[in-house]
Amino acid sequence: MQGRGRARRARGLEWLAERMIAAVAASVVVALVLVLAFVAREALPVLADAGGIARLRELFAPSGEDGSFAWQPVGHPPKLDVVPLFVGSLKITAIALAVAVPVALAAALFVSEVAGPRTRRVLKPAVELLAGVPSVVLGLLALTLVAPAIQRALHLTYPANALVAGLALSLAVAPIVFSVAEDALAAVPRALREASHALGACRWQTALLVVVPAAAPGVTAAIVLGFGRAIGETMIVLMTSGNAAVVDASPTSGARTITATIAAELGETERSGEHWHVLFLLGLLLVTFTLLTDWAGRIVARWLARRRGEARGGTP
Amino acid sequence: MRSASSRPALLLLLMALLGWACTSAAGREGSDAVRIVVRGSDTMVTLAQRWAEVYGDAHGIVVEVSGGGSGTGIAALANGTADVATASRRMTEEERAHIERDRGPLEERVVAIDAVVIYVNEDNPLGAVSLAEVAAIYRGRTTRWGELGGDDEPIAAYSRENSSGTYAFFKEHVLGWHDLAPHVQCLPGTAAVVRAVASDRHAMGYGGLATASGVRILPLRLADDTLSQPTREAVRAGAYPLARPLYVYVLAAAPDAVRWFVDWTTSSDAQGLTERAGFFPTGDA
Repeated sequence: MQGRGRARRARGLEWLAERMIAAVAASVVVALVLVLAFVAREALPVLADAGGIARLRELFAPSGEDGSFAWQPVGHPPKLDVVPLFVGSLKITAIALAVAVPVALAAALFVSEVAGPRTRRVLKPAVELLAGVPSVVLGLLALTLVAPAIQRALHLTYPANALVAGLALSLAVAPIVFSVAEDALAAVPRALREASHALGACRWQTALLVVVPAAAPGVTAAIVLGFGRAIGETMIVLMTSGNAAVVDASPTSGARTITATIAAELGETERSGEHWHVLFLLGLLLVTFTLLTDWAGRIVARWLARRRGEARGGTP
Repeated sequence: MRSASSRPALLLLLMALLGWACTSAAGREGSDAVRIVVRGSDTMVTLAQRWAEVYGDAHGIVVEVSGGGSGTGIAALANGTADVATASRRMTEEERAHIERDRGPLEERVVAIDAVVIYVNEDNPLGAVSLAEVAAIYRGRTTRWGELGGDDEPIAAYSRENSSGTYAFFKEHVLGWHDLAPHVQCLPGTAAVVRAVASDRHAMGYGGLATASGVRILPLRLADDTLSQPTREAVRAGAYPLARPLYVYVLAAAPDAVRWFVDWTTSSDAQGLTERAGFFPTGDA
């Protein structure tokens, strides 16, 4: 009799625990949806007010005095061309990824395939610790050490530019790419490596021709995460990019990112003015772009996994 | 079994104690200390902090000062997150209408006179510059020092962020509301501009007279070829073209403690601090 009561209580508690965990998980999704809804609500008046789609097209058209793009929200009239901000964000992100991804992947490969257990125990936490350095500290280091050195070496007009920002940002991105890639590489079953060795491949051949392709979905996820981190970074780029809204392919010119613009300008903007709505529109576009990239990355990862599965006769 | 069941109870007790400690601290601060929140101009932030220290100590209240730019201060006043807004530019008609519609009539006080000056590096040999030349540099028309008689090196022009009252003043009075060139880099705060100019021989910047340390201030060449320096005499005589009043804004409906503070800023004690901070007292307007 006592046993049945205890069992019923245990089942009841388990039911409660499951519901609570489900509620917490749901709240995360609800929070994400609410964030998007709030940003969208503040951004939509740009379209809803006089002009609609035409206004959106105006935002992407140059309105500078000499036909170039101008982001001059304080002025008579205010000029709100968003193209330089997109170019700035993408340029700095590209530089950061170009530096961080090869380095992080090489480090991940080293730690998972080559390093002995003692080296691995030291190196893995050390790289992951780098992810804990506050971005404002990275910005400070870049501004005081890296920027003057690069300015002297390349004879640049300004110490702050997209290159310095990209390099500083790569320090923040690399640990994330490293962590996820290393986990993906380590998760490749030992059987694959052993089979490769049994067929006569050396360690490097195994690593590059067997393990990396097998871990391709995870490695793709790592790069996508790195991209998301890079394009969303605010503090580092605010301090080191020079905040010049230039449309330029050169890495040594200044840049102004969407994130730094929102951070620097939102505080001064009159609530519900056009500038306010455009800043929210920028935020919405940034979030949408990041989500789309994440989704595309997931599709690529799944396709790679499926292709690998098919190549090996369907074994997952 | 006993230890397992008492752990959640202990945790709850700890959280309750923590919550009680936090709320009681907040309550104490709210009931005993009056708090005035001042936000706005980076040009005026050091001055406002000095005022805050002296006035706060004398009257036993807490005056919180932060910068962020004149635009930020005005927006904070409009949003209700600040009691007093400091601004290095006059509030626009739209901003005033917006605040008075939402929060009632506004009071504007001139609390100091400032001179916006053009900085160059101490090693820069340039003697003087005209406003037209400065405008040409910041509009991107003039890009090398050679065009002004110096060595043939690119000019690294720095500006304040567009939330700054100094930026708005510069854009209106020097550029005539034309666009700044896109390559001009925007730094957050006058101190950052001064630092950038002090560390680069080919840099130029602009900002308030008070924060100009470690850089050379360029005299302005006027239309009749005379040179105008940002001195008290020149400002008083109206001979320096970039002199500007510094403003403090407060709601007419603000609590007495706030309004007494604002009144005090134009008193002789406060104006003494104003002069020591590198500004000119309002008597010179």
